[in-house]
Amino acid sequence: MAQSKTAVIRSDLDIVIARTMARDTARALGFGAIDQARIATAVSELARNIFLYAGTGNVTVREVEKLGRKGIEIVCEDQGPGIPNIDLVMQDGYSTSRGMGMGLPGARRLMDEFVIRSQEGVGTTITCRKWRN
Amino acid sequence: MDSSLRIPILKIGDILIASIQVALHDASAVQFKDDLLQKIHDTRAKGVIIDLTALDVVDSFIGRLIADIAAMAGLMGTRVVLTGLQPAVAITLVELGLELPRVLTALNLEKGLSVMQRLTAEIGDGSV
Ligand SMILES: Nc1ncnc2c1ncn2[C@@H]1O[C@H](COP(=O)(O)OP(=O)(O)OP(=O)(O)O)[C@@H](O)[C@H]1O
Ligand SMILES: [Mg+2]
Repeated sequence: MAQSKTAVIRSDLDIVIARTMARDTARALGFGAIDQARIATAVSELARNIFLYAGTGNVTVREVEKLGRKGIEIVCEDQGPGIPNIDLVMQDGYSTSRGMGMGLPGARRLMDEFVIRSQEGVGTTITCRKWRN
Repeated sequence: MDSSLRIPILKIGDILIASIQVALHDASAVQFKDDLLQKIHDTRAKGVIIDLTALDVVDSFIGRLIADIAAMAGLMGTRVVLTGLQPAVAITLVELGLELPRVLTALNLEKGLSVMQRLTAEIGDGSV
């Protein structure tokens, strides 16, 4: 199994580092230019959410395989305030920070699989995957 | 903030040209917006061309910033043309859910300049 890479998110500079890491990994795994952009953009959204809402957290990228299909898995985890209502935050336009409320629903559209686990006061873990054609 | 990350803004005639050559982190993107709006104000430029050829990611933050620049420039009577948006970036922007309705785009800087010349000719020169 291929090894994973992790970026620690502490500042807005780390958002750039995380998405560059994800893009480089996607390219190495053979994803095309459009998928690389989708993956990097999704990571940018999720890493920014960590920075904005939790302060710090981690973004981990690794290769995955299912039924002979190769893909990339991205896990974004933080020990921030958590998300009380996941259905609500997945709606386009919902934001508690006067953002566009586009990050989470947009990242879900850009990836093939997208799972949020979150508990108030404990933190949030978002796992998403994209499969190579 | 690291001032070396400031994006240069050139003035050519009535038009401002900014070419973003580095990955933008949030603070430098906000700095760019402030610098550009200030320069539009100071120069009364009729048009602004923002070249994004080097950007491989435009996420909701940068997307909104560009939309804000276009809206604010519009209020000052200044047209905005984006050039060099990579196809993969354009596709991703739409899938993300972000359309830039007020913003005109052109394939590259050269085409952007001719679009801008036509636009600013329509506006006319009020100063005589
Ligand atoms: N890691 C997180 N921890 C706690 N709350 C979060 C986290 N990520 C997102 N949220 C909550 O979900 C809401 C929606 O997030 P989303 O990224 O979709 O939009 P936004 O960040 O508000 O705006 P945009 O991403 O468009 O700039 C946020 O406003 C915030 O309240
Ligand atoms: Mg967000």
